[in-house]
Amino acid sequence: MTFFLQFLIDVLALGGAYALMALGLVIVYGILRLVNFAYGELIMVAGYTMYLASGSGLPWLVMAAVAVFMAIMAGITTDYVAFRPVRAKSVTAVLITSFAFSTLLQNAALLFISPRPRNTPLPEVFSQTIQFAGVITPARNLITIAAAIVMLALFSWLIRRTVLGIAMRAAATNFTMARMLGVPANLIISSAFAISGLLAGVVAMLWIGRIGAVVPGIGLEPLLIAFIATVIGGMRSLQGAVLGGFLLAFMDTTLNFTLPQELLKFRDAFTFSLVILILLWRPQGLIKGPATGQRT
Amino acid sequence: MLEISGLQVAYGAVRAVRDVSLNIAEGDLVALLGANGAGKSSTLMCVAGALPAAAGLIRLDGQDVTSARPETMARKGVATVPETRDVFPDLTVGENLLLGAYIRRSDTQGVAEDRAKMFDMFPVLAERRAQAAGTLSGGEQQMLVIARAIMSRPRILLLDEPSLGLAPTIVDRIFEMISVLKRSGLTILLVEQNASKALTVADRAYVMRLGRVEAEGTATEIAAATDLRSLYLAG
Repeated sequence: MTFFLQFLIDVLALGGAYALMALGLVIVYGILRLVNFAYGELIMVAGYTMYLASGSGLPWLVMAAVAVFMAIMAGITTDYVAFRPVRAKSVTAVLITSFAFSTLLQNAALLFISPRPRNTPLPEVFSQTIQFAGVITPARNLITIAAAIVMLALFSWLIRRTVLGIAMRAAATNFTMARMLGVPANLIISSAFAISGLLAGVVAMLWIGRIGAVVPGIGLEPLLIAFIATVIGGMRSLQGAVLGGFLLAFMDTTLNFTLPQELLKFRDAFTFSLVILILLWRPQGLIKGPATGQRT
Repeated sequence: MLEISGLQVAYGAVRAVRDVSLNIAEGDLVALLGANGAGKSSTLMCVAGALPAAAGLIRLDGQDVTSARPETMARKGVATVPETRDVFPDLTVGENLLLGAYIRRSDTQGVAEDRAKMFDMFPVLAERRAQAAGTLSGGEQQMLVIARAIMSRPRILLLDEPSLGLAPTIVDRIFEMISVLKRSGLTILLVEQNASKALTVADRAYVMRLGRVEAEGTATEIAAATDLRSLYLAG
């Protein structure tokens, strides 16, 4: 029982973070049919904002809010710099510009800050452990679960209940028709990037909370996780992204618990083998997502 | 109200619309007839802003709106019902209607009234308001798309092949609705392959062939003067 509870908390904490990462990627993909390869750098921007704000003496929550805000701004900037100028031209062009923007941000961090890890402030509670029902777990895990629940609820309310959310879902299936109803294309796309930035910002706080430091390449792993989770779950489906995130976390955690010590460093190889098996079984991902839609 | 002159629309090197000029007066129902591939839909989608014009001029109330963005056209009072009957399949019927009123979403009371009116007009949509639009039948989807277009309180309605692929009884109902909308004073551009049906409701008609306007006149003139059958077969 205790073991089961421990396992469950680990899966939910990791899965919550993975699910938020995947949602941030898929919200843009669903509308533009383009992967934003600069997504990981939104996490980096939030991380360095924390580092730069650390001397300010502000309460942690205020700094975190500023960092999330900066991630949102970086998301919107991605749209203006990497997507909007070439969006109508070709998929290849956007692929290249989003990679370029990612490299640009990383190199800016290398050049102006440092290639070495920089400490970010952490609230006391992130390093505490909590004991209940015989389980000992870092408080960070419970915070991650709570944050994931709040963010998923907020996201689901936004996408289901608000006119903007409904318009975004409509645009994801048929962008031209949505525009012919008067939904402005640029508003929808910028909103998608802003939501993507919000999710990345929150994930950054949780992700950086595990190590308490930020490096220029910090965004690579979250980008990869988000990408794999959305591929498993179905690139076109929001629910699929969440499901894929939790499933990936379930696989990772199970392997952590079951693999012998000497094989543990090859965990990713096992994870990816499972991912390949899932894709052989369901090439479209687990949830197929809305019917056809065209790229803008 | 709507004037099109010398319009050309091209898909790459292929010119679908070569030279189209037409006029629609306020309150008129104008039918645009012709065989498959005559360029009717391309003309209509170009007016809607969904396709860019290669040449020519489109004017709405004297204002140049050539190659305007689709969202701009919607705000100027142009509502479009495309041939592909584009409901948003995973949104509910209610959400589809709500989006129809996107440009006047601040007028919550008016939108609610219009929605009630649509549900009166199409009781089947009221029954299925919480159902995903993709689960409706073809005829129901066509009604939903027309209702959704009306929700914006348009000044001009662009209707592309509303009868396409529907059972004859449903087609009759759709045409009844079109004449109801016309009587309410709405200006309508109706693209149809079913010429005889379209001419029963139209005031004026244009006949297109291979991207050009071949004939124009009042609905009775067109019905009398043109050998409709030869027009289609000769295309």
